[in-house]
Amino acid sequence: MVSQDDFTQAILDAGRAVPSGLINPSGAPANKRFDVYRNNVAVSLTEALESAFPILRKLLGEPNFKLLAGAYLRKHPPSSPLMMFYGEAMPEFLRSFDPVRDIGYLPDVARLELAMRQSYHAADSEPIKPESLHGMPPEHLMAARLELAPAARLIRSRWPVYSIWRYNTESDAPKPAAEGQNVLITRAEFDPAPNLLPPGGGTFLAALLTRETFGAALESAVEQVPDFDIRSVLTLLLQGGAIAAITNEVPA
Amino acid sequence: MLDATTSRFDRLPDAPGVGYKPQHFSDILRAANPVDWLEIHAENYMGDGGRPIAQLRHLAERFPISVHGVGLSIGGEGRLDADHLARLKHLVTWLQPASFSEHLAWSTHDSHFLNDLLPLPYTEETLTRVCRHIDELQEAIGRRVLLENPSTYLAFAESEMAEVEFLAEIARRTGCGLLLDVNNVFVSATNQQTDPVAYIEAFPHAQVGEIHLGGHDEDADETGAPLLIDSHGREVIDPVWALYAHTIEVGGAKPTLIEWDTDVPDWPVLAAEAHRAAQILEQAET
Repeated sequence: MVSQDDFTQAILDAGRAVPSGLINPSGAPANKRFDVYRNNVAVSLTEALESAFPILRKLLGEPNFKLLAGAYLRKHPPSSPLMMFYGEAMPEFLRSFDPVRDIGYLPDVARLELAMRQSYHAADSEPIKPESLHGMPPEHLMAARLELAPAARLIRSRWPVYSIWRYNTESDAPKPAAEGQNVLITRAEFDPAPNLLPPGGGTFLAALLTRETFGAALESAVEQVPDFDIRSVLTLLLQGGAIAAITNEVPA
Repeated sequence: MLDATTSRFDRLPDAPGVGYKPQHFSDILRAANPVDWLEIHAENYMGDGGRPIAQLRHLAERFPISVHGVGLSIGGEGRLDADHLARLKHLVTWLQPASFSEHLAWSTHDSHFLNDLLPLPYTEETLTRVCRHIDELQEAIGRRVLLENPSTYLAFAESEMAEVEFLAEIARRTGCGLLLDVNNVFVSATNQQTDPVAYIEAFPHAQVGEIHLGGHDEDADETGAPLLIDSHGREVIDPVWALYAHTIEVGGAKPTLIEWDTDVPDWPVLAAEAHRAAQILEQAET
């Protein structure tokens, strides 16, 4: 009897013998026939990773990316049939995979790509109208909590991930400079877009995401960056439809 | 966000449909005579929202939709994935598709999903297991499902019964319907050196709720024997069209899907394939 465990092991490791009991029409061992399944699995999972990580693929080049994908899919086969989310362990994998472990920014590029994909499939939400924010008395705003849209994502990095993304997707984008960048992904309708945050923006949004009040979030950002540009962050949020609700807790 | 809708379409018409690809969205909506129905892969519509779900909601207003699962691993040795059953139930609840189908195959082992339709031996033991899984699936989603015959590249020495017999018995025990993939019949029969016409003639056509047609690639094994690969990446070949015409003659007109999943062509190429199926279906009716 051929167990599915034997079958699976032999699929993921081409060095293993084909389980005996798998035969061709003459009753002989079906070696090359088994390779069809090995190949289907490797090719389909590699393709899933290619569509998940187009920038990583561009940075590494096609042959290197294929090597990376081959190693990844054997170490981390999918844990669910939802291929749209396959590749979640890629950032950690890049930190430990010998040929690329010294390229420090790759894991953060992978994080950005994963976040873009999550944003694409995230729940729809109705954004608040800009007036509801602009028309608020300052003391109410300071005590309010902003709920970000399900499709909004924050990526904080010590690498220029936004510039790397642009450089690899736009023909006339400037070369990335050595700096850390924080990125807000917004999805105004169906297409996620990364936005570069001004200094302090990462701190501000991280505080909002942990349900701190607007005032507390603003305070931590200003503490870190005294001339924190709150206006440009609010503009990004509103233009990207990234605020789903304002919860008002009117001070007593 | 996803409120339950009552679909106007409670069955697939005995006419051609195509496997839906997002790049054809506007072609399908613009076409004067698009196809009669569309099939989607369940797993591609299990996100929480965004464009895929929005497009599907839109299409479901105009076309009967067939939901085709590719990830439940009905032939798996282990238990069915309860989370995945719940996702399937959620999808059919809000979409109310005209049909739901899955495969006689396995793809998950020990929580590893291999993203391919892997074969199983045909024995009393596997029959009992598959039937139990189909009972569980039909119970979970509250509807009759269609089970598709696989394309196979090798055989199991331990198999005790023929594939047709195995499928017929599953349908008898569980009350499920069958999805007859004529290209898979051709591919498997060539690979196993059996007679595809005999397979079609022995098939329990009364249980068939849908037919699949697709393209395959040609290779050979190490002994030089032909080895056909079910790639869904090109036109249906003439011998498969002939086998399809014979299937319709024997079993009557059925909803017929053109599957094209890799190297997806422009819409007119796909529409032409569907048109060819329509001609064969029309001949059967006259």
